[in-house]
Amino acid sequence: MPNQFYIQDWIKIKNGAIFNSEESVFAFSEDELNPFLKAAYDNLKLEYPKFHKMDGLSKLGILASEIIFRKNKATKDTALVFSNNASSLETDRQFQDSTKTFASPSLFVYTLPNIVLGEISIKFKLQSENAFFISENFNAELLQSYTESLLLSEKAPEVLCGWLDLQNGEYDVFLCLVSKEKNIPFSEENLKKIYCAENEKPTH
Amino acid sequence: MKNLHTELKESIIEQLNLEDMEPADIGNEEPLFGDGLGLDSIDALELIVLLEKDYGIKLTDPTQGKEIFVSIDRMATYIEENRTK
Repeated sequence: MPNQFYIQDWIKIKNGAIFNSEESVFAFSEDELNPFLKAAYDNLKLEYPKFHKMDGLSKLGILASEIIFRKNKATKDTALVFSNNASSLETDRQFQDSTKTFASPSLFVYTLPNIVLGEISIKFKLQSENAFFISENFNAELLQSYTESLLLSEKAPEVLCGWLDLQNGEYDVFLCLVSKEKNIPFSEENLKKIYCAENEKPTH
Repeated sequence: MKNLHTELKESIIEQLNLEDMEPADIGNEEPLFGDGLGLDSIDALELIVLLEKDYGIKLTDPTQGKEIFVSIDRMATYIEENRTK
C-alpha cells in the first residue's frame, strides 16, 4: 500500500509503571503521582530543571515523549496530536484553590491542556503542527484520521499521537509515534488494541 | 532567629520549585534572572506574590520588580525597609 503508515514505537504510563513497546522501562513501588513523577525523572536522568516547575499533565507528557524521542530522534516537523478526557482540570482546581489566598501565576499558566504540547515542543525544538482534543473516551478513530491527514498532506513526516489523561491523581498515558518506518500497521483497530491491552480500568 | 537572607533563599527554592537546589547554592549577590539562577517572567510574578504573602509588601507597579529582584541582597534590603509583617 503506497500510503501505509506504522506505529513505530509506543509508550504507556499508568499505575506507577512505564512500558515502552511492551517492555517495562520503569516501575515504582507507589503509584501516587508526585513521588512517581520525581522517581521517574531521577531514573531517566532527565536533567531538565524546568520539569519541576511544570504541572502533572506536562510532566507526564515530557516523560513519555523523552522516552520515545531518545530512541527515535524528533525532527522540527514532528507533529503532536494528543487527547484526553479531563483537559487540565487537575491544575484548574489547584489554581482555583490558590485564588482563595494568593492566586498562583505558575499554576495559572498550566490551566490549558495544550500547554503540555508547548513544553514538549520547547524541549525537543519542534516547530510543527499540534492539536489537543478533549473527548469522553479514548477515541482511536479521531486520532487515526487526524494523524493520517497530517501525514498524507505531508505537514509532518511523523506524528506523536495518543492519550494523556490526569484526573484525581490517576494518570493514564498512551502515546505512539506514527511514521513510514515499518512496524505495527497504523489503524484504528491497532490503536484500540494496544491502548486496551492490560488497560482494564482506563481513567475514562 | 533565622537570617533574612537564608529565609528568602528557602522561600524562593520552595515557591519556585527549584528542586535539587540548597540555600547555600544561591549567592547573596548572584543575579536571580539571566545568567544567575535563570528565573523567568512567571517566576518574577511568583516573587511579587511572595513579597505580599510573607512580608505584606504589595507592589503596585510590577516594573518595580526589575529593581528589587536583582539579587538576594537587594531583595533583603527592600524587605527590611518596607515590610509590614
